[in-house]
Amino acid sequence: MKFGVLQFPGSCDEIDALHAARLVGDAELIWHRDSGLCGADAIIVPGGFSYGDYLRAGAIARFSPAMESVIAFAREGGLVLGICNGFQVLCEAHLLPGALLPNANLRFTFRQVELDVVRADTSFTQACEAGGTLSIPAKHSWGRYHADEPTLRAMDDAGQVVLRYATGHNFNGSVQDIAGVRNEAGNVFGLMPHPEHAVEELTGGSADGLKIFESMRLAVEGALAGGSSRA
Amino acid sequence: MLIRPKAGILDPQGDAVERALPALGFEGVSGVHVGRLVELDVEDAEQLEPMCEKLLANPLVEDYEIEIVGR
Repeated sequence: MKFGVLQFPGSCDEIDALHAARLVGDAELIWHRDSGLCGADAIIVPGGFSYGDYLRAGAIARFSPAMESVIAFAREGGLVLGICNGFQVLCEAHLLPGALLPNANLRFTFRQVELDVVRADTSFTQACEAGGTLSIPAKHSWGRYHADEPTLRAMDDAGQVVLRYATGHNFNGSVQDIAGVRNEAGNVFGLMPHPEHAVEELTGGSADGLKIFESMRLAVEGALAGGSSRA
Repeated sequence: MLIRPKAGILDPQGDAVERALPALGFEGVSGVHVGRLVELDVEDAEQLEPMCEKLLANPLVEDYEIEIVGR
């Protein structure tokens, strides 16, 4: 299978995302001005500071030619993972509910976080242990997840909360400790922590992040084997 | 366009300013919110609201006001 990794001016985690994706499949960079998605089976919108975070994080990247194609790809059921700034972009594009706001402590914070796996039956977490945790780095200043009460109830009903910060790890003030959410259809997923930085024990504090990419590979290959073109 | 955090949403920037003002001797300050101002020249003022809805504000978390000055 092949991952496409978007690259905006100001992206900084696309190379790590490419490396992580290549541990489980093929991967190629997609420049923000290109509207073709290189025949990718799954898309990663990486972390960084697309377009300098001007206006609001992710607000301008959402209108790039590559993102217009990703929005169409997602609406057809294609798998899309947004990490950190990529999560912000997917929320701005309304592919995911809610919004990311400045951290409650007003600081850029970089630390290893423990995440509770709420759902291990999704296209993005099926390689995780049900009820287990992931140890993954987080680094951001705009990571406070927010959604209003009716949206949170609808998300609960539809099982859209996939990851929560473990007790004591919600440093950014996210509502209900939410760290990662998926859309209602289950083919779009975003999270603030960085699984692509935790694919080698030596540098990532753990290799837990690899489980996210491995899950996506299983989803794509399962869908291909099942005769459906996309998960 | 004046854009500010919606009422009820935690505004840590406003809170930080609110805590800083008494340190400079300004007492009795409350309800501080920090937003942003977008100034622009436009021929068709009808475009301002869709601009706010689609790009300049995020209506999920921000309110906006439009003020038209001169012509």
